Amino acid sequence: MLVVLFLVALAVGPVAIPMHDLWSSEIVRAVRLPRAVLAVLVGAALGMSGGALQGVLRNGLAEPYLLGVSGGAAVGAVVAAMLGLAGPATTPVAALLGAVAAVVLVLIVARVGGGRGADPRVLIMAGVVVGAFANAAIMVALASAPADTVRGAVWWMMGSVADANWPGIAWLAGYVTVGGALLLLWAPEIDALALGDEAAAAIGVDVDRASRRIFLAAATVAAATVASAGLVGFVGLVVPHIARSGGARAHRAILGASALVGAGLVLAADIAARTVRAPADLPLGAITALVGVPFFLSRLRRSP
Amino acid sequence: MITVSDLIVRYPGVASPALDGVSLRAERGALTALVGPNGSGKSTLVRAMIGRVAVAQGSIRIDSEDALALSRRDFARRVAVVTQRDEPAFPLLGREYIALGRYAHGGLFRTVQSDDPAVERAAERAGVTAFLERRTDQLSGGEWQRLRIARALAQGGEALVLDEPTTFLDIGHEMALFELLADLAREGLAVLLVSHQLNLVARFASHVVLLHRGQVAAAGTPTAVMQGSVLESVYEWPLVVTHDPAVGAPMLVPLRR
Repeated sequence: MLVVLFLVALAVGPVAIPMHDLWSSEIVRAVRLPRAVLAVLVGAALGMSGGALQGVLRNGLAEPYLLGVSGGAAVGAVVAAMLGLAGPATTPVAALLGAVAAVVLVLIVARVGGGRGADPRVLIMAGVVVGAFANAAIMVALASAPADTVRGAVWWMMGSVADANWPGIAWLAGYVTVGGALLLLWAPEIDALALGDEAAAAIGVDVDRASRRIFLAAATVAAATVASAGLVGFVGLVVPHIARSGGARAHRAILGASALVGAGLVLAADIAARTVRAPADLPLGAITALVGVPFFLSRLRRSP
Repeated sequence: MITVSDLIVRYPGVASPALDGVSLRAERGALTALVGPNGSGKSTLVRAMIGRVAVAQGSIRIDSEDALALSRRDFARRVAVVTQRDEPAFPLLGREYIALGRYAHGGLFRTVQSDDPAVERAAERAGVTAFLERRTDQLSGGEWQRLRIARALAQGGEALVLDEPTTFLDIGHEMALFELLADLAREGLAVLLVSHQLNLVARFASHVVLLHRGQVAAAGTPTAVMQGSVLESVYEWPLVVTHDPAVGAPMLVPLRR
């Protein structure tokens, strides 16, 4: 399924390229291949990040975008750009710092608001508000920037894989591989944490340490996607639910399936983004939000 | 054997300590019951054991080892704890839930095998083999409670601590659980049971510790602790203690005010 989507992504575009010419075409090599690879990496990373966050927070509404992780990462990336530090190696680091700052802020606010043990809905609210604050901060930062920069930034904040380039992809691949491997390694801890803090401690999990490092790994892979593709929302929300409804229950299976489903979903969303109103490119984040928001609302109604 | 000595636990922002110098022992081969009114500190003691509240002073030992210095994993291998409640955020199969009890025994990758023979044995012992392939969100309150016992049995170790495990259980399942705990104690386990079921405690426990406002109000055999005057002042309710005509154990009867 993923392979078929990948081939479609390479073949479809303003210039149709027959399947047997895919590997010799310059357009494919220079434009569509990096774009498709980036979409796969972004989707896999967001899927795993969402799956891990939902497990640790015991909340099917958790995901990097809604928790403000992505917004914080965006602020970090913008600050790096303003300081002239942007680059394939440095932007993800700045994004990560921003993401961690946002997560810490969200968790503090949620704990204060929810008393002992954060209420899931308070957590989401805190995340959305921190995300909104991050957007506002970016707008303020961009106020005096030249019009071109603003347009580029707005585009990036809606998420896009149009600017795919190999150095950026290589860095993202590194983050996703290492972060994803760690999350898979720690998946049994996520299984335990999904029972609640006391039960997890009772079966032998160091709850505070385990949830911190899983949070950090999940935030890292999400922040890395923000650095290379901007804010792509709702993938991390929808994908783990698809994985679970496909029969995955243990988190090693949920994370593995989420990586595949996420990759497929973002790849499909990008194909839609560049074909629906071709030759214009739609923002990828707009497509994922169009799918994700109705899903989020239906989950919100059902959540206890 | 679990030995708690002079344990003091304070919750932040609360003036009086939740546990104020509590000492007790849960011996191997014995069923020790921890009783007392709501808020007397029973669950706080369980939380202190699993490291979920900070101990201000005092010690918890397993045999001669300092339990507070053990890693969570090492502690879990020696003492299985059933906390007051837990619930999977996303449903699991009964078998998969019980297998989580094997977490502390996992290797480098902590992979939990739901076909572990310990899972089958624990399920059989707790009488939940019928739920092994059912999803946890499809179990009744009582079925879920018994599945949690099975998880603790799968965990193994030399001691078992349970925080009000008979909540949601009907009379038959409640009796079955008390008999199971008494059997486990007879087989050499140290069983520490937090319970509100004083009359069942009086019949099954070999040692009873009565907590009141974070302190031990009485400790000893059920007959020694089940004194009307003591219980009346601790529970702040009129009551009499008689003897169960059928089995002879002390029996508490709360009166109408």
